[in-house]
Amino acid sequence: MLERNCDVAVIGGGPAGLAAAAAAKKQGAGRVLIIERDNALGGILQQCIHPGFGLTYYNEELTGPEYAGHFIEQAEQLGVEALLSSMVLEILPDATVVCSGAEHGIIYVRAKSVVLSMGCRERTRGNIQIPGTRPAGVYTAGAAQRLINRQNEMVGRRVVILGSGDIGMIMARRMTLEGAKVVAVVEIMDYLAGLTRNRVQCLDDFGIPLMLSHTVTRIMGNWRVEGVYVARVDGNRKPVPGTEEFYACDTLLLSVGLIPENELSRGAKVEMSGITNGPVVNQSMQTSVPFLFACGNVVHVNDLVDNVSKESEIAGKEAARYAIGTMPVPTGRVTCEPGGNVRYICPQRIDINGEDSEISLYFRVGVPDGKVGISLLNNGRELVKRKAVKVNPGEIECVKVRASELAPGNLEISVAKEG
Amino acid sequence: MIKTDVLVIGAGAVGCAIARELTKYRLKVTVMDKNEDVGGEASKSNSAIIHTGYDAPPGTLESQLVVAANPMFELLAKQLDIPYAKPGAILPAFTDEQFEQLPALKEKAFRNRVYDVEYLTGEQLLKMEPNLSPDVKAGLYIPREHIIDPFLLVVAYAENARQNGAEFLLNTKVTGISLENGKVVGAQTTGGDIEAAYIVNAAGLYCDEVAEMVGKNDYTVNPRRGQFYILDKNTGCKVNHIVLPIPTKVTKGKLMCPTIHGNMLVGPTAEDLQDKQDYSTTAEGLASVEADVRRLVPGVNLRDTITQYSGLRANRNPEGLHVDTYDDVKNYVNISGVRSTGLTASVALGKYVAQVLIEIGMPVSFNPHFNPVREGIPRFHEMSREEQDAMIRKNPLYGRVICRCETVTEGEIVEAIHRPIPARSVDAVKRRLRAGMGRCQGGFCGPRVIEILARELGIPAEQITKNQPGSCMISGKVRLEKEKANA
Repeated sequence: MLERNCDVAVIGGGPAGLAAAAAAKKQGAGRVLIIERDNALGGILQQCIHPGFGLTYYNEELTGPEYAGHFIEQAEQLGVEALLSSMVLEILPDATVVCSGAEHGIIYVRAKSVVLSMGCRERTRGNIQIPGTRPAGVYTAGAAQRLINRQNEMVGRRVVILGSGDIGMIMARRMTLEGAKVVAVVEIMDYLAGLTRNRVQCLDDFGIPLMLSHTVTRIMGNWRVEGVYVARVDGNRKPVPGTEEFYACDTLLLSVGLIPENELSRGAKVEMSGITNGPVVNQSMQTSVPFLFACGNVVHVNDLVDNVSKESEIAGKEAARYAIGTMPVPTGRVTCEPGGNVRYICPQRIDINGEDSEISLYFRVGVPDGKVGISLLNNGRELVKRKAVKVNPGEIECVKVRASELAPGNLEISVAKEG
Repeated sequence: MIKTDVLVIGAGAVGCAIARELTKYRLKVTVMDKNEDVGGEASKSNSAIIHTGYDAPPGTLESQLVVAANPMFELLAKQLDIPYAKPGAILPAFTDEQFEQLPALKEKAFRNRVYDVEYLTGEQLLKMEPNLSPDVKAGLYIPREHIIDPFLLVVAYAENARQNGAEFLLNTKVTGISLENGKVVGAQTTGGDIEAAYIVNAAGLYCDEVAEMVGKNDYTVNPRRGQFYILDKNTGCKVNHIVLPIPTKVTKGKLMCPTIHGNMLVGPTAEDLQDKQDYSTTAEGLASVEADVRRLVPGVNLRDTITQYSGLRANRNPEGLHVDTYDDVKNYVNISGVRSTGLTASVALGKYVAQVLIEIGMPVSFNPHFNPVREGIPRFHEMSREEQDAMIRKNPLYGRVICRCETVTEGEIVEAIHRPIPARSVDAVKRRLRAGMGRCQGGFCGPRVIEILARELGIPAEQITKNQPGSCMISGKVRLEKEKANA
């Protein structure tokens, strides 16, 4: 079996891994190796052929492959190495990453630090327990996107989409552009799950109806989907009897949420958050296992890739410092606690280590609200207070705080109606 | 026209086990099934338990067959190279009423010659199974109730039968059976006529319809639907044994048990239906599974479910497992009433039916070339790192992991497509290898499996089905070929 040495091993060559690898290199890491299971770098961006990427990171609107292309080019220029068509099977406690690949068999990659950037997977029909038959034609939106955009295969002609997540809305437009009829986008909540701009650009502009407070109650058809029943739901998200209506379709696409993919992290015994389903990290994106750093959708599901890139650069930089041995020793800890209408905060903890930097705290709200105040308290002392016109669970919010202002203890972010 | 010595109608667990048994003799054996793959009905959607027969009606053929079959699985699983695990079952009593039933249940086991059923105290049960409801008073331990991979069992029977000379006609439905002078002589099928000296009806859910073709209508079969949950391997609240409820007069009830691959299986309902194709799940049915199983294991977390499915038991009216021969329909064996215990009974039914055929005059001589050993597809995830490395060097496709959740490689998928009983659909690949059976349910590997199937079978992707004809995975190319050529 082959062995390879490197300073930083990066698991996954999507947007998170690419940004982390480049940042690690810039920080002075010697060998940085991306391990990617696909035969090309870019991750999910390869199938995201729509525009809308890069607006904050590059100040220009790019498609997914273009956005990834910039990062791939940068990584190449910096001398980042990549092991393609290689699947990581296990991370050993001594920072060895075991992977398999068609060309090289099993490789033991001996690293000094490892960045977890495996991304996420989609919630399935089984997860949300849609009753009915089990015909062909029920796809998660991302799987359908791969088939259409990378394999050139059309998944169906008459489509109902359950869930108003971003991929679902993007796919509503994509299917329409390819000549399919999108009958409706059905959303169980009384608000949109994804970004408002996607609703405007992907649904409204194409006259695709959005049915809020509705859900699919049954899938029909023995072999191929023949239709679905859609019902209105009450305040507890239970179908209201008598409101069920049949919608003929040959395809049901699901855009009902993403789950960080952390099988490797769990295997490496990383402490996990029950809310994000990702590793608990500090402001350096370091997990509870010191040599393991994590970034991107493996930590928490992001709405914009631009945020992923920024967050991943931190992970890469710090993983490099860990590998080189220049990471400062923490002297105290601040635990980040979600306050009113805040579902989670990432990072979950801040290690005080004598360095002053501006820390971005990303969070999502639990329910939509308008004209709110966002406050950050450190041990009860208000450090940040700002207003927001509206907050939405589909869009990540951010508050920034300087490390030097924080005292060990706790930190609370809360969102409340402006009195 | 196909000519065969024995035509077996139905390639479920029972039909395939019979076919395998008959290849031990010098006979031409042909198995036909209307489905695109073997094991397409009850054999693919059940609780995957190898029963002891402890609770069968004593003195019946079902009891005889299941009791005889159970000890055969140890060797069978080895010969067929399929996984088999021995968790044992417990039957906890939570109420006084249930507690009072235990002696009768133990006595019934005794009468079925299942002598190794033991009493356990509540304390002992909780020690064995800490997630049981603490209300448990006492219970029974049935040590030889075991679990198997039901898909692989059927595929392995079929592959071993095929390897020993049996022919399989899939996607072929019987439409009629010809009799001459009170003796069957052949069958009409959607794939043409077949001349057969002997015919065995192993059509399960549809065995009443086949029996009608020879003029027998002394029973009917209706589907009794069972809805199940499969839970993620990572679910917090698991059980180590098959946890069975105390049966009521109406139903054997809903159980919770590990699957051979480490998931949790929870269910089933028992709903009498008429539509033999109604494999749907219902919100009510699934809710009843949750409510009932919570009484056994209060901590069960059904939000960790990765899928739900329904199975249809072939419920015979009147009840009872029958293997019938008739004076006025010679050279014909009719099997009916194979229910929940059918997966277990299959191996014994194979031997029983062979014996019946011999008794009704089928000329036999032993096949000295019969090989009971079937080698399964080498499984990447079961190998040591050294073995994996060597395998990839031998066949680089083993280095490409296609299904991330269950670690299934392209090498395994390609092999499954080219086996003696080939996998030709997405579900057929899934049942043999578990690609798409993990927590992402094919979200990642589904598109790749379609691609590999199309490539290996040499057909366009739009002809790839999920299972049966008509279950096309995709509707065509995004852009027409000629548009692509112009681009």
